[in-house]
Amino acid sequence: MFAFIMRRIGVLSVILMGSSFILYNLAAYSGDPLADLKQSTDPNRDFLMISLSRELQLDVPPPARYFLWFKGVLGVFVGNANFGMTREGATVTGDLAQAIPVTLRLVFAATILAIVLGIGIGIVTALRQYSRFDYSMTFVSFLMFSLPIFWVAVLLKQYLAIAFNNFLREPNVPPSGLITLALFSGIFWASVIGGTRRVFWRSFVAATVIAGSIIALMDALNWFLQPGLGPIVVFALSVGVAYGITQLSVGVTNKAALRSSLSISGATLAMYYPANWVFDNYPGPLGLLLLFVVMAGFGVVVALSFSKIDRGPIIRTALLTSFLSTLLLIVDKFMQTWKPYMETDAINYRPVPTIGQRNDLLNSKDFWISNLDLITHLFLPTVALTLISFAGYIRYSRGTLLEVLNQDYIRTARAKGLNERTVIMRHAFRNTLIPLTTIMVVDFAGVIGGALITERVFGWSGMGTLFYRGLLSFDLNLLMGVFFVTATLSVLANLVADLLYSALDPRIRVGSGS
Amino acid sequence: MARASKLSQTSTESMSGENAIANKEVEGLSQGQIVRRRFFRHRAAVISLITIFSIVILVFSALDFKLFGIWRIPGWWKWTTEELPELRVGDCPGGTVGCPTISLRPKFLGGAGIGLGTHPFGQDDIGRDFFALVMKGTQRSLSVMIVIGFLGGTLGTIVGSISGFYRGKIDAVLMRFVDFLITVPAVLIGSVIGYHYGNLGAIFLAFYLGLFAWTGLSRLVRGEFLTLREREFVDAARVAGASNRRIIFKHILPNAVGVIIVSVTLLLSGAILLETALSYLGFGVVPPDVSLGLLISQYQDSFTTRPWLFWYPGFFIITIALSINFIGDGLRDAFDPRQRRRITKKERQLSAIAKKSAQENE
Repeated sequence: MFAFIMRRIGVLSVILMGSSFILYNLAAYSGDPLADLKQSTDPNRDFLMISLSRELQLDVPPPARYFLWFKGVLGVFVGNANFGMTREGATVTGDLAQAIPVTLRLVFAATILAIVLGIGIGIVTALRQYSRFDYSMTFVSFLMFSLPIFWVAVLLKQYLAIAFNNFLREPNVPPSGLITLALFSGIFWASVIGGTRRVFWRSFVAATVIAGSIIALMDALNWFLQPGLGPIVVFALSVGVAYGITQLSVGVTNKAALRSSLSISGATLAMYYPANWVFDNYPGPLGLLLLFVVMAGFGVVVALSFSKIDRGPIIRTALLTSFLSTLLLIVDKFMQTWKPYMETDAINYRPVPTIGQRNDLLNSKDFWISNLDLITHLFLPTVALTLISFAGYIRYSRGTLLEVLNQDYIRTARAKGLNERTVIMRHAFRNTLIPLTTIMVVDFAGVIGGALITERVFGWSGMGTLFYRGLLSFDLNLLMGVFFVTATLSVLANLVADLLYSALDPRIRVGSGS
Repeated sequence: MARASKLSQTSTESMSGENAIANKEVEGLSQGQIVRRRFFRHRAAVISLITIFSIVILVFSALDFKLFGIWRIPGWWKWTTEELPELRVGDCPGGTVGCPTISLRPKFLGGAGIGLGTHPFGQDDIGRDFFALVMKGTQRSLSVMIVIGFLGGTLGTIVGSISGFYRGKIDAVLMRFVDFLITVPAVLIGSVIGYHYGNLGAIFLAFYLGLFAWTGLSRLVRGEFLTLREREFVDAARVAGASNRRIIFKHILPNAVGVIIVSVTLLLSGAILLETALSYLGFGVVPPDVSLGLLISQYQDSFTTRPWLFWYPGFFIITIALSINFIGDGLRDAFDPRQRRRITKKERQLSAIAKKSAQENE
């Protein structure tokens, strides 16, 4: 295994070197970095040209200059990477260090959301193959495939951000909007649940009524201006999460799992005021981490004390429930921050921005307010990126699950008399995840490379913007810096995908064939 | 327990029944006929095929079009992209100028009657006819797409089949070269190429992009060749004394054509999105030439006041990409022998009746 990884890394570094050599020369020969200076009428332009050529070593021909650049890159191994200087005289490493976290923040949430939503919907479409839900989701995913992101972005800015901000000025849901939303939720849930015509109509009515009354209640309580969950709703949602997770993982018939999940919900209720006290008095990532650790530890203890046999899956269930319940507490805290955030002068009741990565006018020292600001700025890009990339996951997980369901071992599992949940979640879903994992890893690297357009559209200054700047001003070092990071990421992602594949699928053993 | 076993039993029964129905349909048909039949049964794919054809005919007949740069085919549309007709002022809603004159509501419903009017898609800032601009832009985007698809498809097939068929050293060298190219994200390499060579014209840009677009396809074709070359019919051909060239072109390639066609359609829809994205960023087709992405990037700020400048180019991009994706889906279903289509209730009943009557006859 170790030898295999080392050999792969060796091959990959040769590949990286080769491709960076190609791109370096392609970019170097295609333009002259001194072109704008040559045309300028500045009296000291000769001096500027000489100093710039000395700084960027322009007297060395590109193929040789590449090796000078590469020598600096090799400094990575001694902790002293040198990607050269930009034209403005800053180090490329410094620029990259600022840009990489921004790009990661941009794509991280969108990728997670796209994966969860895409796999979820994909599995439902596969289980309801050839139903109306399947057909409409197929159409939706093809439509998403065909959308250019810059086009979607303009629509989202107009119809999501500006319209929502206008709505907040006088947050009253009109009756037509309420009925539309309620009917939409009814149709959606009824087609997801499926079943006979009677079940369909029953779930349709139930979902419509529930969604309609929730929206009406939110409207009546002026929820959109001062949202929040409160201990009761947090507890209710946590119980829902506990039931849902238990049903999906081991089934609610497993009393030990259900009891441990429900006691975590109880703990969430008990932790509500202490947690808020911690949030207010010790804000910061450390407090959040502590909360997660405490809840997870409680989950493990409860699961161990309730279960006697088959402890692994029950502990997993408890951990997942405690994670989601803690998340509920944090979401609630952010919701409470919403009102003070909107009342600040910088926001002034128009919270959804169409551009930028943070509000520089906000200038708040408060941990919650400044992080809420980051979240609202993430909102539009995340929606756009999710819309575009989750279509792929729908198609892929649907296809894979259908293939798996046709396998002999599924028939065997059914023949053994296992219930449908076990067959789908344990036997089919897990095998579906094998090829999906490898796709995810490679896709994540691809999204980072493709963030150029998203960053331009939403005015973020991440790696895409650096690349753009480097291209426009013939800044070879900057260009190569961005390229090198993205290429390294994509190469590493491929390696990780291979390793994951062999870890997940026992039929595949790396490094055995040679 | 009993319920589950009963379920599985009925599902096996119905499955074999469905197989029988599906098999009955393809009896005595050639591979091409089966594929064609299956494709034409895919309703969305057929609609998409018709849409694409009508768009191509509309777009290439509307404006003057130079075939191979020599023959000039006159277009039927009255304006060109260079003419500057007077801006329509006055009869537009909200005090805007140059609004579209296209009307789809007939007179008896209170509309202006079905007709195009002088400027069906409106006019841009300086009065140029937007219908002509969109037609020109779609022409550009379609030609870029076709060049990328053709070049990428050919290169990918050639490289993939050579490395899959010969394996060994040739394969290793070619695939490492593919690895080289695949490390670079498409948008990044496209921007470098487009920014530096975009001014040489759309076709040249497409040619350059096509040189980098074949890598994914070549991997797929290689995989297909690796499995196909171990099959019995290849051994049989070799024993019969066929040359390598004959085996590749006459025996393996026809069997791999499904994979190739499907991924070329995906390549095509990716190509049109790549071209529009690059033009949007300013790295693709550059003014005074027109492309759909360029139109959107030029007029996105006027979305609130004159939304038609934004809707029409986007509509054409989405329609083309969507149709191609559906055609690809239809082709995949048609070429995939494992694909079982949905057997309708009526067919199942008919087959049950036929089975019963056959038993009674016995």
